[in-house]
Amino acid sequence: MTRPLRSGSRLEKVLSAGHFAVTGELGPPRHARAEDVREKVHHLLGNVDSVNITDNQTAVVRMASMAASVLAQKEGLEANMQMVCRDRNRIAMQSDILGAAALGIKNLLILSGDHQCFGDHPEAKNVYDLDSVNLIRVLKLMRDEGRLLSGHELPPDGRPALFIGAAYNPFADPEDYRVIRAAKKVKAGADFMQSQCVYDMPRFRKFMERAVDMGLTEECYFMAGVTPLKSLGMAKYMKNKVPGITMPDSYIDRLKGVPKEKQPDEGVNIACEQIQEFKEMKGLAGVHLMLVEWEHMVPRIVKQAGLVPRPRI
Amino acid sequence: MIIAERKPVEEIKGFIRDKKRALLIGCRGCVTVCNAGGVKEVEILASLLRLDAKKDDVDLTVDELTLERQCDPEYIEELASLTGGKYDAILSMACSIGPQFIARRYPGEQVYPVLNTCFLGGAMAHGIWAEHCQACGNCVIHLFGGLCPIARCAKSLLNGPCGGSAGGKCEVSDQIDCVWHLIVAKHMEAGALDRLLEVDLLKDWRTSRDGGPRKITREELVKND
Repeated sequence: MTRPLRSGSRLEKVLSAGHFAVTGELGPPRHARAEDVREKVHHLLGNVDSVNITDNQTAVVRMASMAASVLAQKEGLEANMQMVCRDRNRIAMQSDILGAAALGIKNLLILSGDHQCFGDHPEAKNVYDLDSVNLIRVLKLMRDEGRLLSGHELPPDGRPALFIGAAYNPFADPEDYRVIRAAKKVKAGADFMQSQCVYDMPRFRKFMERAVDMGLTEECYFMAGVTPLKSLGMAKYMKNKVPGITMPDSYIDRLKGVPKEKQPDEGVNIACEQIQEFKEMKGLAGVHLMLVEWEHMVPRIVKQAGLVPRPRI
Repeated sequence: MIIAERKPVEEIKGFIRDKKRALLIGCRGCVTVCNAGGVKEVEILASLLRLDAKKDDVDLTVDELTLERQCDPEYIEELASLTGGKYDAILSMACSIGPQFIARRYPGEQVYPVLNTCFLGGAMAHGIWAEHCQACGNCVIHLFGGLCPIARCAKSLLNGPCGGSAGGKCEVSDQIDCVWHLIVAKHMEAGALDRLLEVDLLKDWRTSRDGGPRKITREELVKND
């Protein structure tokens, strides 16, 4: 499925060339030390096509996504800068979009953002001037029509050439609505979408079949979220405590069946088996590896899953 | 209606710590209906303050009065004979409009708000009220199955639900229904899920508080007055 290039980002080129793409995730530090970003980048460099740089995830104050994205790119790793709707109004969002593009950022992933009650400043006022679907539309307007929301025209060489990312969750309720919600983001202008971490493979497969049937995968690259289970405890926690995640008993049983020190290995094995399935799944364009605070495991996973070497673009 | 609730007694006692004569004024409007500041609540709070004063051996008089409404100058005028040094604290038990109107009309008085004005809502059951409107100034509930995502979604999403919606509840609290879950369910029941494919227009917040304090002038009424 070749489509005209919108941004010229590495991620877009990899996807456009028909390669099975791999993205990673990096949470900026809760301080101003650039070295910490660089260290995390080195686990990912060469192992992923680009990396999501989170935007104050879980509403905890961290180094700005834009700044950490620039730091990652200076090290040679392409960033998928994330932007949430919680902290900025439409003025700041459009301004940051222009700034990010000027700094060489090529991918922008848009999310609603966790409510501030989860973070370190629950007293904060939230913004939500635009929601994620609206922001996708605004970014598309700026990039493709060369206009700000105000109507102000951008010069042809001053349009933000960003590859537009979004998130989708096949596992939230109600199940029948999930593909409609994804379709809404595609319609708004999402070029690629990454899912919530997948454990329930049958349900994910069903979702993808519907997305293919609706023609969504012809317009947008769908990527599957992968978070390897580090331990039996983590699997149980995901099953019981994390809303919107369904954890099959078969994975829990597999982790139960191995001694504690071998559980991370078994978790990686499960993730690699999933990745094999994803590679063959119709309509799926890649995987998004979310190994938050487990970044050093990325090289091993991509090797075991046969995802390296990454294509030279 | 406006839903309010009484401030903690300790905070109210703080207002009148060094006062000798307090006038506690209720309101027969919204706060009577939501049991926050009507005749009964005025009576209960006045008794409580008197008892506490007695217990602490403090000389304090608390008089009671409940006006028809405190958001209307006509009724605020009824206080004229009670002001001018008769009380050293006026405690308004209305929504925050009440104490503001009293303070504006009687600039020499010390006026304190006894209630916290909370939201625009309705009664869900006896003793339970919930927010239903944010007074954004441009009602769009007909686009959402008669449910308001501006007031009832923690993120005011026009294209929800967000990823935090689970089991029909909001990520903020399992005590809050996810309004987008309700909106989707309603569309599913009506077989109109496709309607939700449409991207809803951006909200123009100028009609909301973001446009600055709002004012409505009805010329025909102004002239007739």
